[in-house]
Amino acid sequence: MTRVTEKPLETDKMVLNFGPQHPSTHGTLRIIMELDGETVTKATPEIGYLHSGFEKLGEDLDFNQYITITDRMNYLSPLCNNVAYALAAEKLMGIEVSKRTEYIRVLMCELSRIADHLLNVGMLAVDLGAMTAFLYGFRMREDIYDLFEMATGTRLTTSYTLVGGLMRDIPEGYDKAVLKVLEEVESGSDDIETLLNKNRIWHDRTKKIGIISKEDAISYGISGPMARASGIEWDIRVNEPYSSYEEFDFDVAIALNGDVFDRYLVRMEEVRQSIKICRQALEKMPAGDVIVDPGLGYSLPPKDEVYNSIEGLIYHFEVTMPNRGMTPPVGEAYVPTESPNGELGFYIVSDGKRTPYRVRTRPPSFMNYSIFSKLIEGHMLSDAPAIIGSINVIAGELDR
Amino acid sequence: MNSDDVKSNVLTTTLESAVNWGRKNSLWPMPFGTACCGIEFMAVLAARTDISRFGAEAIRFSPRQSDLLIVAGRISIKMMPVLIRIYEQMPEPKWVISMGACASTGGVFDTYSVIQGVDQFIPVDVYVPGCPPRPEGVIEGFMKLQDLVGKEKFSDYSLPSSK
Amino acid sequence: MPLATPHSKIKERFPDAILEVTEFAGELILHVKGQHNLAVLTRLKADGYNFLADLTAIDNLTLGGYERFAVVYHLLCHKTAERLTVKAYVPEEEPSLPSVESLWKTADWQEREVFDLYGIKFEGHPNLIRIMNPDDYEGYPLRKDYPRLGRKERSDFPVIKRSFKKEKRTE
Repeated sequence: MTRVTEKPLETDKMVLNFGPQHPSTHGTLRIIMELDGETVTKATPEIGYLHSGFEKLGEDLDFNQYITITDRMNYLSPLCNNVAYALAAEKLMGIEVSKRTEYIRVLMCELSRIADHLLNVGMLAVDLGAMTAFLYGFRMREDIYDLFEMATGTRLTTSYTLVGGLMRDIPEGYDKAVLKVLEEVESGSDDIETLLNKNRIWHDRTKKIGIISKEDAISYGISGPMARASGIEWDIRVNEPYSSYEEFDFDVAIALNGDVFDRYLVRMEEVRQSIKICRQALEKMPAGDVIVDPGLGYSLPPKDEVYNSIEGLIYHFEVTMPNRGMTPPVGEAYVPTESPNGELGFYIVSDGKRTPYRVRTRPPSFMNYSIFSKLIEGHMLSDAPAIIGSINVIAGELDR
Repeated sequence: MNSDDVKSNVLTTTLESAVNWGRKNSLWPMPFGTACCGIEFMAVLAARTDISRFGAEAIRFSPRQSDLLIVAGRISIKMMPVLIRIYEQMPEPKWVISMGACASTGGVFDTYSVIQGVDQFIPVDVYVPGCPPRPEGVIEGFMKLQDLVGKEKFSDYSLPSSK
Repeated sequence: MPLATPHSKIKERFPDAILEVTEFAGELILHVKGQHNLAVLTRLKADGYNFLADLTAIDNLTLGGYERFAVVYHLLCHKTAERLTVKAYVPEEEPSLPSVESLWKTADWQEREVFDLYGIKFEGHPNLIRIMNPDDYEGYPLRKDYPRLGRKERSDFPVIKRSFKKEKRTE
């Protein structure tokens, strides 16, 4: 009888490139993972594959032109970016907008929030294999795109706000259209929750994955639904209200475990609260103008005045021509707002000229993504799409 | 078999037309979506404008299994080597649609790190303008590409003769 | 109860670190000398400003200020919803200052971004390499003397020609 000698099995760690082109990295992310079998021992994310020089562009475009660039940052909810920039510019220049403007801005922000969360839940589901939630989410998003098109003219890159107001008022019959879409969104999100909330496979793939503790969340600068899913009670709409949010009645969703399942639940609950806010905004919409007095030299007058009266034409030229332009005070301003991803704010420094001296975006995806390498350690490779999906990384905002 | 049966059941065509018909009605796209145009491309795949009516439902994220590269979104200097590599990995015959203003000419971003037009480095067949283009615009670009594929000849694919 | 350390108290505690305390549009800004930023921020974190919202830099070439570069920290206190801005000034030759990564882990990536775009070094940072631009990029793009169109990096790639179908297609 021969004896078989046992040699120890030689193993080595494998280095896998979760490359910039991959179906489930939402956008251009690259992660270099070291795997021991199926378990990830170390992950190094590499970003910058969509760096476009937004902040350098901001020094050459004037205050109203830069609003078109802010759409391209978080392209899932562009109206939130427009509103955040307009608020920062208005704080810098000391302009107060009318109540109607503030209510319309709230309505648009909340519709964008619904659209963003639906897409995020859809992409998370598609990455884990549940394609139906993605198609339901997209059908509802198309309806919301129709609403944006009615008010602003385009589906995605809206550029709706101006420094001092809005480009144009909402059309007649808008409130009926919005209420109809909100009913469909409610029944659609009921469908998604029926499919996923008590689903055994969904629980196995999302519970106890990617747990963030409260201390880690504060140290890594995490905000938004990710922080609220770890138990931090901080929502800028409630704690530091802007644009008349204090006049609306809504709840803030908080979860305690901090895993992927909790983030999904927080986002679905926020969709329902946003529907509530939209209904209140339509009921209580005040009448009035949507643009601040153009004679002050900061805002563009409405187009029919520009074409039909000499004052309108003069004010228009005062703001837009290259040798004139706005005259903001020398100083700086930072206004934090609650975007669907977290705290979004623009830090504008001005030296008195028609273009800002420095425009800085505080990108929520950048801070939220920095905790990824800590979260994935010890988990399996197939948990990586679940964690990336729950962080809601948007490459345009991450790399700017 | 008499001649009436033949007339109603058999059709004759050239081999080129048949091959082109097969190729243009089953273009399998590989979306290289980087930014906002990537989201509009996802809307093209979804239910309202549906690209699978054109035979392009099989979105393969692997370059080895696809024949149409759709460059959707701005390409930065860090991403360009990746795009070139993926283009070279695709087997012939292959076509490229450049979707949106940023991929065609650089768009609004005339800065130090955005490539001003992918066609400086990669041959492009169809340009779809817009920022982002509406899904109907992408479908029109796709149909123009189908027309282009329908007009190809076998002599296009011959190797250059060695002298 | 308001948390913001009143002007006089903070000047007493750090007499040689604080250059000035200004206010604009209702927000308080502390101007600090570059090398003292870690001491001031440690004290402010112990006081209650537990969240670092943002870390960025400004190039004061044409704006004027105490030095050429200013690293800006935006702080937030969750308990009382107060915000504070701290600006640490760094001179032009060999710009460097202590890293605050030991206080808040979010400073890790933010300081890498400031290094990539401005060239300001952070002492004590675990991994100070470029984050947005490619690793072999030269220059610091967001400085005021760097051109917006870049220095030819965006046309520096190989041109791929078609292997077949060389003749021009016409409609």
